[in-house]
Amino acid sequence: MTNLVDIPKVNAKNMTEKEFFYGHKACAGCGGSIAVRLALKVLGERTYTALPAGCMSAVGFIYPQMAFNTNAIITTFPGSASMASGIAVGAKALGQKDVKTVVFAGDGGTADIGFQALSGMIDRNDDVLYICYDNEAYMNTGIQKSGLTPYGTKTTTTPAGDNIPGTITHKKNLFEIIAAHDIAYAATASIGYPQDFLNKVNKAKHIKGATFIHVYASCPTGWGTPTETSVEIAKDAVDCGLIFLAEFEDGEYKLNRNPKQFAPVQDYLKKQGRFKHMSDADMQCVIDNRDKKWSRMRKHWL
Amino acid sequence: MKSNKIFISGDEAVAQGVRLSRPHVVAAYPITPQTITVERLAEMAESGEMEGEYMHVESEHSAISATMGASSVGARTFTASSSQGLLYMAEGLHYCSGGRWPVVMMNANRSVALPWSIYGDQRDSLSLLDCGWIQVYVEDAQEALDMIIQAYKIAEHKDVLTPMMVNLDGFILTHTYELVDIPEQEMVDKFLPAFQTPNKMSFEEPKNLGFSSKPDDNTEFKYQQNEAMFNSIQVLKDVDQEFADTFGRKYDGMVEEYRCEDAEVVLVALGSVCGTIRVVVDKMRAEGKKVGLLKIRYMRPFPEAEVKDLAKRVNAIGVVDKDISFGYEGTVYTNVNSAISKIDKYVYKSNFVGGLGGRDITKDEIEEMFNKLFSGVENKSEEKVEFFSLNVESND
Amino acid sequence: MDRPKKTEFKFPTHIDEYPTGPQYAAGYLPETNAGWRSVRPVVDHDACVYCLRCYLLCPDGTVVKDNGKITFDMDYCKGCGVCAHECPKDAIEMVKE
Repeated sequence: MTNLVDIPKVNAKNMTEKEFFYGHKACAGCGGSIAVRLALKVLGERTYTALPAGCMSAVGFIYPQMAFNTNAIITTFPGSASMASGIAVGAKALGQKDVKTVVFAGDGGTADIGFQALSGMIDRNDDVLYICYDNEAYMNTGIQKSGLTPYGTKTTTTPAGDNIPGTITHKKNLFEIIAAHDIAYAATASIGYPQDFLNKVNKAKHIKGATFIHVYASCPTGWGTPTETSVEIAKDAVDCGLIFLAEFEDGEYKLNRNPKQFAPVQDYLKKQGRFKHMSDADMQCVIDNRDKKWSRMRKHWL
Repeated sequence: MKSNKIFISGDEAVAQGVRLSRPHVVAAYPITPQTITVERLAEMAESGEMEGEYMHVESEHSAISATMGASSVGARTFTASSSQGLLYMAEGLHYCSGGRWPVVMMNANRSVALPWSIYGDQRDSLSLLDCGWIQVYVEDAQEALDMIIQAYKIAEHKDVLTPMMVNLDGFILTHTYELVDIPEQEMVDKFLPAFQTPNKMSFEEPKNLGFSSKPDDNTEFKYQQNEAMFNSIQVLKDVDQEFADTFGRKYDGMVEEYRCEDAEVVLVALGSVCGTIRVVVDKMRAEGKKVGLLKIRYMRPFPEAEVKDLAKRVNAIGVVDKDISFGYEGTVYTNVNSAISKIDKYVYKSNFVGGLGGRDITKDEIEEMFNKLFSGVENKSEEKVEFFSLNVESND
Repeated sequence: MDRPKKTEFKFPTHIDEYPTGPQYAAGYLPETNAGWRSVRPVVDHDACVYCLRCYLLCPDGTVVKDNGKITFDMDYCKGCGVCAHECPKDAIEMVKE
């Protein structure tokens, strides 16, 4: 087994200059494309990339414009994990060595429609790194609520009005649901902390079997934020505690970042069009839920 | 030729055919009456009899997705399903043919819920006739084994690259034991070379697969897919001939005619019921009645030329459908009727719908169908769709 | 080649010129994305300390390490401004096209 402590770090200075996701049609400032681009630079050339229906596949493969400068395939929407499993098992059966299969699926493709296949993939421990880029709604179809849309969010299927304040459920606990499979490695990340994300992808790359990374990736179009603030807003989400950076390895949770004090949640919310309508009470509900989660994480994961 | 006959069920014959075809990846989810096939394959993977990987997928949707994934890196793949499971695959079936991945699957024909029934009819595969797969229907366990081997050769042909579904009637074929000849591995290897395809991801020639097309190009990709299906007509005939030359068994390609040479009325059917019809044909022939059987083997591509050719020679054609497209007629009948309408001759036609949810189709019923066709011609009766063997009175 | 370049594409005139099914060469780019841009990044090389934060965070991968200097592949820069916004030295300015 690889000694994960000794893996050479990949950073902006030493990473391959080869671009594997290039000339795509993602919106300007797309956070998801930052996650895909960086992960592929860590994973390198001997990678099979599988993407379900969603933003990254819609903007990457429009004949004849092929934006994946490496082997890549669009999968069925519910079947990204199983199709990736098939790729990994097929490559193994054909005797291919030093190959990694990676999935990039959105929050809906992961936590909702693709969840059953993902659970099966982890159960079989197929050699696939599954990366969920979470922009907190079905963006490709025009911003509809998913299982990872947070409380208070205004989407096109959870409109905010006098009767309902947008989304009335909190995000699914995706990371812990994945960890509950006793997966070899799972992590959360944010494109706002890019080096942390690179390290986690690099770690997963060196683990044989199923691994999972949940990366928070902003969407200026769906969130109502300026294109240039995509990385900043993804960092703000972590700094105010709504998104946490953690790992699950060898059956143990690890909280990577445990700030003494959070940045104000209100500042983060007020920067975004999707939360503009929220009342003080709704914001308090978000804060209470955050605090409950953190007290649990601090009690059990430290 | 050396013979190696063993007493096995239709499901087991399929498993033997799969083993001999050396797939790299088998991904399947259990469903009655397909289960014995996947159990045997799992045992063969365990014992090392089959070298390929067996994937324990968590659903039929994942079974078809996993086989497509494996095929997309150049692996030979197999899956199997039935009924509800086949329908759960529906998205993947279209996806697979559009992706031009020559996956081979076995479908154990079974009724579709509701009401629940684990027993046989052909509503499952016929309702997916338009998903772009080559569909063949077999009549016995030997044909099931042989057609699995043929299926790979047809589906993987460079002018075809289209997935193929081998259908066998639930229980009647899947669970009935017969003496089946198991071909020598060496001869199968000679008949079926390793899978080669341009349609794959590789590190020598990286590709993007399964892309989107604009309205400018979509029609062209679909046209190409349709062409490939038509190409398979010649390919499947050639493969059948080569199979006959190698193994000494021949299935006559798209259809098989039984005592049709001078027939006046003919029944058309798919699958295991053809065996029963043959017995009735022999009985009625002995009584001097000129009856025959057209066994349709391939529903896609459809044997239009063969049906037209037969229609020119007979007075009446009856279609036995173990399915019904509610609000119209049986699907086999619709297809047969469409072919007949293209010839310049009147043929009396009738559609007999029955055998649903596992109900037996008896020799008496078949004889009655032949007699109805004779009287239909004589009395110039109205052509109609008839549910035969209802156990109760209807309002008709 | 580190980055795919715009490639000429001849629209098929015969069905056989289409690939067999939806499969095509990876990194094949008949189109550029330059037309999306209303502003463009301009680097002040004196202020730039070559920390490569812009290179790391560009969603389109268009920041080029050019012999110790930062340049851009203007065929594929969409002008989102992430590079300028994230620059710790304010060495990148977005100017009107």
